[in-house]
Amino acid sequence: MEALGLLMHGFAVLLTWKTLSLMMVGLLLGVFVGVLPGLGGPNGVAILLPLTFTMDPTAAIVMLSCIYWGALFGGAITSILFNIPGEAWSVATTFDGYPMAQQGKAAEALTAAFTSSFIGSLVAVMLITFLAPSIASFALRFGPPEFFSVYLLTFCSFVGLGREEKHKTIISMTLGLLLAAVGMDTVSGQLRMTFGFDALLRGVNFLVAVIGLFGISEILLTMEERLALRGHAAAISLRVVLKVWKEMPRYWVTLLRSSAIGCWLGITPGGAIAASFMGYNLAKRFAKDPSTFGTGRIEGVFAPETAAHASGTSALLPMLALGIPGSGTAAILLGGLMVWGLNPGPLLFVEHKDFVWGLIASMYLGNVVGLVIVLTTVPIFAAVLRVPFAAIAPMIVVSCAIGAFAIQNALFDVWLMLGFGVVGYVFKKIGIPLAPFTLALVLGNRSEDAFRLSMIGAGGDLRVFWSNGLVGSITTLALVLLFWPLIGRLFESARRRRRPIGT
Amino acid sequence: MALPGSLRSTRATHDIMAEPESEIGGDGRGESAQDSPAVTTTRTVEVVVYLLLLALALVLGYDNWKSGMGWAKDGPQSGYLPFYLCVILAGASLFGLGVAGMKRGQAVKTFVTRDQFRRVIQVFVPTALFCLLMQWLGIYAASFLLVAGFMRVIGRIALWKSLVTSLLFTLVMFVTFEVAFDVIMPKGPIERLFGY
Repeated sequence: MEALGLLMHGFAVLLTWKTLSLMMVGLLLGVFVGVLPGLGGPNGVAILLPLTFTMDPTAAIVMLSCIYWGALFGGAITSILFNIPGEAWSVATTFDGYPMAQQGKAAEALTAAFTSSFIGSLVAVMLITFLAPSIASFALRFGPPEFFSVYLLTFCSFVGLGREEKHKTIISMTLGLLLAAVGMDTVSGQLRMTFGFDALLRGVNFLVAVIGLFGISEILLTMEERLALRGHAAAISLRVVLKVWKEMPRYWVTLLRSSAIGCWLGITPGGAIAASFMGYNLAKRFAKDPSTFGTGRIEGVFAPETAAHASGTSALLPMLALGIPGSGTAAILLGGLMVWGLNPGPLLFVEHKDFVWGLIASMYLGNVVGLVIVLTTVPIFAAVLRVPFAAIAPMIVVSCAIGAFAIQNALFDVWLMLGFGVVGYVFKKIGIPLAPFTLALVLGNRSEDAFRLSMIGAGGDLRVFWSNGLVGSITTLALVLLFWPLIGRLFESARRRRRPIGT
Repeated sequence: MALPGSLRSTRATHDIMAEPESEIGGDGRGESAQDSPAVTTTRTVEVVVYLLLLALALVLGYDNWKSGMGWAKDGPQSGYLPFYLCVILAGASLFGLGVAGMKRGQAVKTFVTRDQFRRVIQVFVPTALFCLLMQWLGIYAASFLLVAGFMRVIGRIALWKSLVTSLLFTLVMFVTFEVAFDVIMPKGPIERLFGY
């Protein structure tokens, strides 16, 4: 129970007026970016990062993670009231949430969504509290070969398990890794792929790329589709909240199942979006009357929201303990941590105890405060969406530009952002996934360093990746996952050969 | 409690503007989305993107080959990993070209219609101009022009509403970043007039 004591210490770090008010600001900003089309969790965190440059790291990361929680909550508002998912993982919430709003039960749907998100992330935070320290202390024994094999596992599982066409995932990932390598080579000090441009010496900043890929490109897409925002108004009264909460225990199986799915998929890289769909589909399959799903069942809101938040939160577990983000937004939080000179990974638990436990405590507190805030401020945020897009769009563009510039005080980065905006728009339209790119860009340097350090240690012998049981099994698992589609097909054909068609 | 800047400004803009139904870029010519001709097909764009990626892979690959893609005694040289990444990128692009080639004759998927493309350009060109103006005018003056201009010309919102909203937004941004959070932004002649 050492974790509990440390957690209490974390709460003590947090409970100052300054941190608490930053938390509120972060949550409100987060809901705001979650609600606006064209912004969202990853992008909101990236744009607002410069605001935290003058704060101390603990206050800064508390505010950033609160922006993240806020964005998770905010996605549900647009899904239910406007039938527009604010985030990819809110898509499943629209299936039953919007019909409920159409039937005049918007308040119930919103309460259900917020409460189940709260439960989902609470389960995941508890998992982090008790699992992260032990994973981190286990990973303290890792050397460069082990780390490289874990990075390899992350990349390979994205390629092998992703639903997109394989060559598109590979393109996205190699492009990210290549861009990460631009600039000075950290091992030899040699310049790579700069072509004599001074602006490229520092390399391509990860956050600038994110702002372009997710912010600018989203504005272009939203303009193209000409969103006409016509939604339902909603105000949540205490009576409705209590009514929904009274009903809730009836669905404990759904809640528990969705939480488990979410936690599992959140830790697996690239699973956050799949979690909400899986939560929804399983709830539907196990229901007594599956045909009523999609017509406005409260269970159809509970299931995906719980799973989405559980996965969104548990994605922070590998990020904190191993330095490997489980989702795009976790990757950006990781980028934020690196701005502070904090290197996420097992050492963080030893060297920056205050920071880690402050962050974990802020997850508890942020979710409780967040729940209260969203329940009380829904009408305001719903009103934000009625502002004409012609006024919102240029403001988002300006915020993106400010964010991109402030990260390194470079005007070149604003152009880079614009370029990435176009790339993101085209990639989204032809189905090249952006998540592997983001992940590769943030992990590129670390994985290359790990690889080359292990090579230096082993005198250039590749067998170091099979030199002991641990590293060997991780590397093998990575390769199996990479070729999983082929292996799966082999199994399939073998099974078919044994059982002739028609029986 | 101090409300965050952008939130406060948007709430203010909401009060100012009472026409929630104004459509984006609707120019009243009655051109519906369905009969707008396609600018290009998805397959064409895919082929172009793969060709560009292939070219990128060749250029970057050449650069890495120059900086040493061999295997020294103590492991890879600095160009080793990026060089092979270029090889993989080139391979995947060629594969993509092959797949796109096989799709020939199948149902044509529209990448973007002329109507959609016009709206995308409507937001892209002002954004690019904004980035350009920022170099001389500083970020705040440029953002005032962008927001006011975009609202007036593309959103067809009344001139005074556009100007007031834009001014409020710019001021809030200025106070948030420059005064409250000490984040240094590019500034131009106008800020200098006020002594910043």
